Amino acid sequence: MTRRRIIPGLPLSLGITLFYVGLIIALPLGALVFKAASLGPEAYWNIISSERAVASYRVTVLSALAATLFNLVFGLALAWVLVRYSFPGRRLVDAIVDLPFALPTAVAGIALTTLFAPNGWFGGPLLEAGIRVAYTPIGIVIAMAFTSLPFIVRTVQPVLEDLDPALEEAAQSLGGSDVSIFWRVILPILWPALLAGTSLAFARSLGEFGAIIFIAGNQPFSTEITALLAFIRLEEYDYQAAAAIASVMLITAFVMLAVTNLMQARALRYTART
Amino acid sequence: MKIALKNVAKTFQTFRAVRGVSLEIESGELVALLGPSGSGKTTILRMVAGLEYADEGHIFFGEEDATDIPVARRGVGFVFQHYALFPHMTVGENIAFGMKVSKNKRSKAEIEARVGELLRLVKLDGLQGRFPNQISGGQRQRVALARALAVDPKVLLLDEPFGALDANVRRELRRWLREIHSELGITTLFVTHDQEEALDLADRVVILDEGRIVQQGTPEQVTRSPNSSFVMRFLGDTNRLGASVANGMADLGGASIAAPALADGKADAYLRPSDLAWSATGGGIPASVERVLDRPDSRRVIAVTDAGDPLEFDVAPEVVVRAGDRGFVQITRAQLFAAE
Amino acid sequence: MHHATGRPPRVGDAPAIRRTLIGLVLITGALLILAPLVVIGVQAFSMGVGYFGATIAHPDTRHAIFLTVATALIAVPVNTIFGVAAAWAVTKHDFRGRRFLIVIIEIPFSISPIVAGVAYLFVYGLQGLFGPALQSADIRILFALPGIMLASMFVTAPFVARELIPLMQAQGRDLEEAATSLGASGWRTFFSVTLPNIKWALLYGVVLCNARVMGEFGAVSVVSGNIRGQTNTLPLHIELLYHDYNSVGAFAAASILALLAVVTIIAKVLLERQGAGRRSRPALAAPIVEAKP
Repeated sequence: MTRRRIIPGLPLSLGITLFYVGLIIALPLGALVFKAASLGPEAYWNIISSERAVASYRVTVLSALAATLFNLVFGLALAWVLVRYSFPGRRLVDAIVDLPFALPTAVAGIALTTLFAPNGWFGGPLLEAGIRVAYTPIGIVIAMAFTSLPFIVRTVQPVLEDLDPALEEAAQSLGGSDVSIFWRVILPILWPALLAGTSLAFARSLGEFGAIIFIAGNQPFSTEITALLAFIRLEEYDYQAAAAIASVMLITAFVMLAVTNLMQARALRYTART
Repeated sequence: MKIALKNVAKTFQTFRAVRGVSLEIESGELVALLGPSGSGKTTILRMVAGLEYADEGHIFFGEEDATDIPVARRGVGFVFQHYALFPHMTVGENIAFGMKVSKNKRSKAEIEARVGELLRLVKLDGLQGRFPNQISGGQRQRVALARALAVDPKVLLLDEPFGALDANVRRELRRWLREIHSELGITTLFVTHDQEEALDLADRVVILDEGRIVQQGTPEQVTRSPNSSFVMRFLGDTNRLGASVANGMADLGGASIAAPALADGKADAYLRPSDLAWSATGGGIPASVERVLDRPDSRRVIAVTDAGDPLEFDVAPEVVVRAGDRGFVQITRAQLFAAE
Repeated sequence: MHHATGRPPRVGDAPAIRRTLIGLVLITGALLILAPLVVIGVQAFSMGVGYFGATIAHPDTRHAIFLTVATALIAVPVNTIFGVAAAWAVTKHDFRGRRFLIVIIEIPFSISPIVAGVAYLFVYGLQGLFGPALQSADIRILFALPGIMLASMFVTAPFVARELIPLMQAQGRDLEEAATSLGASGWRTFFSVTLPNIKWALLYGVVLCNARVMGEFGAVSVVSGNIRGQTNTLPLHIELLYHDYNSVGAFAAASILALLAVVTIIAKVLLERQGAGRRSRPALAAPIVEAKP
């Protein structure tokens, strides 16, 4: 007996979906994994553990950590200000938060580079203070912080909006000070959303390319990110190395995806409860 | 249209929602499916509609086997629990939807005339331009009914029709649905978990538990002659007293009642609050009063027998009784079932 | 302390904290988010309107714009159809692997565009699965428009679906079941019942998808081959001008995409007012609040 359905359209819609997912998503990722696997364990290990590759992981991960940490604080503050205070221009600021998502990464890249170059609006004064941003890891951190900023704001904001004022009132009636209420009541409720946003921002920073390559300087061993190394290997027609390095990024992305999904599930459970 | 279910069963993953239900609904009858949540009543209704397919068994519409007919061609009018009114369409457009998508084309004027007729029937004249979120819950309920009736269904199916409404609106709509039913004479099946609603409205009540029919009959039959302690308990407030049966008489510790159908041994007596009376002196079960709750039409007495069984019963407002009084509970009526 | 609003202050309402936080956030926001936008405008016109116009009118720039628009014209509608089909399949039906499919659909969102580009190389490139066969058949996919479109589709595949799936999930299946029980066909149900209730979210997804397609850089730069005047989309053209030490030209081209970003944000705000977007999603699944007659 064929299974009968109440709402029509499953064969067509599922057919389109599976065909598209297969052709556009699964086929290329499968081809990449296949190519990387065909290298053999020894060659693969040699490529991904080469000094230059490891240096690129270090630059990428450390910069992403720094950028995410910055956004954790700034994103939370921004979300807090947008939700809890009213001030002229609040709605404009709220809209502009999405700019890093809307602005193409290459455009953001050249704009940030121009701002932070030694002769730029910010680069000049900073250089006088002894801080070099462009063509150093600090530049990478700034580019990553820019492109991943909206993640934390946009995951924390709705939870903060839905926060029941009665919780704070209850804490106040029990004699809590503002600081202790923030640390013991508000922050624990925001925590899952904050973590979910943080993991999204971190994952995005690890994979970012366009915004970084202009400002990074791209010196092997010091300011070369992993995505760029994969790109350079391609330009050198070293397809095996490109495949191996890209596969490392792919695996990292899957790990981050799993982590993010777990955290989002937790965050959702929490928001559903409040 | 007469509807018949023959050994219908449905399982969701591992949950056996409906287990071999057979049921006949006569043409023009108004039948209630009554049961606690999880009893399978909504699943049965949705299978009759074609919104679920039965795993086993057959559903007949008249002489025709409708088991495999998809919902779009089954010719039923279904009123959803939360109405499922199309939020982007006006009341008029909602009611006209079924006629517009129908294969028998009707002219615009015909559709408009029918919409007007239905609006009058459900007493919503003048509201056809409103959107569902601009009318009250009771009005939405009536729009949902008009929309279901617009396709001239062979059978009308309602899922918890008054569940989302407050008590007063509910009572009013109940009377009104009864009127519409007698006016149109359409075979109607509705699901409810509210005993009062089922008993007030239906010609026949089908009581379900754990996917099976436990009893069916007129409201008089199921209320006066419940066939199990489940039905007795489900239909209203009850008191339970242990009893021992010997030679066709049940002894309740101070009172005895005839129990011709029961074998000797242990039994349970179920008593409605109105089946008991209070007397300060004389025979009955000795008890003391714990609390008296005054209600508009009666006084509810909460007492405990000397054997320690709690009893609740109603006395007339004039009866003088207060907490701490001692007296006797007399039994005017009881339902006896063999002990479980 | 008596408060102007007539209610006691909430946590963080003390004027000192409030002013400090607003001040810090606005200054940092202006430096980090707004300044890049301003610098684009300033740089683009730093050599006058004439130079700006000449850059935009240059054949290479015009071709880059044409290529970007052409890519969007194909990739956005295809992704829209996919997104609607996927959302219909996973929200209106139950089947094994449903949750898994939702995760797969979201994958491109978490993968670096560079990885996407490299992956496409190993399908259609000479060293890839189909490369040799495509070459002998004389079909060019990589370093040509089809490759750019495919890579763009990969990167933006989840955009429409991820807007629709949570919304359609929340709306449930009652409306579709009601329409079907009234005799409506599947297409009729979709077009007259489902679509009107998801149109704003759909448009929202389309707007975001379009912005990303037009701005995509990493994935496209791997598969396009950067052939000037042939396979350069607008973002790639910006890079080319920038590396040619034509910074003003690069910013002139960039200002077009910056304008697109601003328009996208305005459209986003307008659509959010219509109830689209995750933040203001209406809870249609819950019974509608009782209106007093």
